[in-house]
Amino acid sequence: MTAALELEGVSVRRGGRAILQGVSLSVAAGEVLGLVGPNGAGKTTLLRAALGLQPRSGGDVRLSGRPLEALSERERAAIAGYLPQERRVAWNMPARDIAALGAAALAPREGRAVAEACLAELEVGELAGRGVLDMSGGERARVLLARLLATRAKLLVADEPAAGLDPEAQLLILERLRARAQEGAAVIVTSHDLTLAARACDRLAVLHGGTLRAAGAPAEALSPAVLAEVFALDGALVDSPAGLTLAARRRPANG
Amino acid sequence: MRLILALSLALAVALGLSIVFGETALTATQYADAFARPASPAAEILFGIRAPRAFAAALVGGALGLAGAVMQGLLRNPLAEPGVLGVSAWSGAAAALAIAFGLGATPGIVEGAALAGALGAGGVVALLAARFREPETLILFGVALAALGGAVTTLIFNLSPSPITLAEVLAWLQGSVANRDWSDLAPALVPMIPGAALCAYAAAGLRMLTLGEEAAALSGLPMARLRVAAIAGAALLTGASVEVAGVIGFVGLAAPHLVRGAASDDPARVLAPSAIAGAILLTLADLLARVIPTEVELRLGVVTALFGAPLFALVAWRAARSWRA
Repeated sequence: MTAALELEGVSVRRGGRAILQGVSLSVAAGEVLGLVGPNGAGKTTLLRAALGLQPRSGGDVRLSGRPLEALSERERAAIAGYLPQERRVAWNMPARDIAALGAAALAPREGRAVAEACLAELEVGELAGRGVLDMSGGERARVLLARLLATRAKLLVADEPAAGLDPEAQLLILERLRARAQEGAAVIVTSHDLTLAARACDRLAVLHGGTLRAAGAPAEALSPAVLAEVFALDGALVDSPAGLTLAARRRPANG
Repeated sequence: MRLILALSLALAVALGLSIVFGETALTATQYADAFARPASPAAEILFGIRAPRAFAAALVGGALGLAGAVMQGLLRNPLAEPGVLGVSAWSGAAAALAIAFGLGATPGIVEGAALAGALGAGGVVALLAARFREPETLILFGVALAALGGAVTTLIFNLSPSPITLAEVLAWLQGSVANRDWSDLAPALVPMIPGAALCAYAAAGLRMLTLGEEAAALSGLPMARLRVAAIAGAALLTGASVEVAGVIGFVGLAAPHLVRGAASDDPARVLAPSAIAGAILLTLADLLARVIPTEVELRLGVVTALFGAPLFALVAWRAARSWRA
């Protein structure tokens, strides 16, 4: 089966500095891939390079089996939807209209219906008529995710979709993205919350200093050795009644 | 649609008032005469002098309102207006240069220079926009471009030996639609129609830019083309406005804000209402310029600035809320 996204030896240089070096990974339909790593590891750059928003200095990207460069803007949008980390919205448009931007390819009436369904799915359906700048950060994050879901793209890429949200909202957002994967989409999320990532993702890819340090099932990718080397943490992912949980403490600087 | 209809009605009323009222007071008999006999002196005042002037103000206000709404959408900035990227400054500077070189007496030259100046600056901005996507960068380049255009105009003041030239340039920079007749409007429509069409074409892109450059880039819309269309459209509209009426500020800034809330803050839906609101504003400003009893008639640019500056401050005050968000 063709992977929704394949990266082969992707490198990015910026200002003479290597930001990513030879990263290869793929995401299949029905799968949630978590991209984790410390600040500055290259997670956002990798997502941007994968979507053609960041020029590459090397490597290949294929979306649904086709080279990224061979796709028109419309074809690329039909395959991939992107939720950037930046949640700033320029104008105080109603949530319904913001979510409908994801369904711009549909007829307006149909687009609005899809947008309202996505808002309801994220439990902000009753706020459909409210301006997004009049909302709390958490509500706005849900509206922006509704915009991503409304794209109905085969590959959903969400950069820090749960950052800064309360635990219930974090779980809801990851749950909805998982539901999309179960319906056949491929999903990539980045997260700094390793417990959340380990529970919500089928596989994790660990970036460190622009290289892929580990990839695999969560417990495998976040092994004690990786936690120590990449995150400077002493500990491990342990099984708990709620699922995998990170039990770790900061490594002493001289350790 | 209801908003557009209501605004159109208000524009019709504004145009009506602008034709009915003026410096010369007419009696009821004269009004009746004007409608009954097209060749009467009253008809000449109403339909030969006031009507083309009122329509010129509406046309210029509409173009500036639309250009302002496009600039605000493109730059995602509530304080943007047609002048922010230097287009108005170069349009004015080019017209001033034409006057300084003694071409003011040749019909169409100064007007053509104004349009060429706007298009030249628009071309530079479009090239920069292709290279730099972030609105902040474009605004910074625009500030530099506007400063340079302003400097060229000031240089003309500085070096020109003739007080007559200076008076002509100053009059141009203060903006006016006095003494415009119907034949002045047709040449302005030539750039305004494609300008408005380009803005309409760019509308979907402006709406998508609400979420930022990256989300817009992956929306499936041809964003690079739409950005150039928006800049070219705004430049054509601004140049055509300067061509008809000289440099007029604040209408492009204020008009979109008057209708933004009623258009659900949508940068695409705000375009047509902004154009009509701009037309109303400038028609009324011109009426004010005519009826305020002053020894010398107030220049249109002065009236819009006098009323626009406090509005600008109010807009900045309100916009601070979205910057904090």
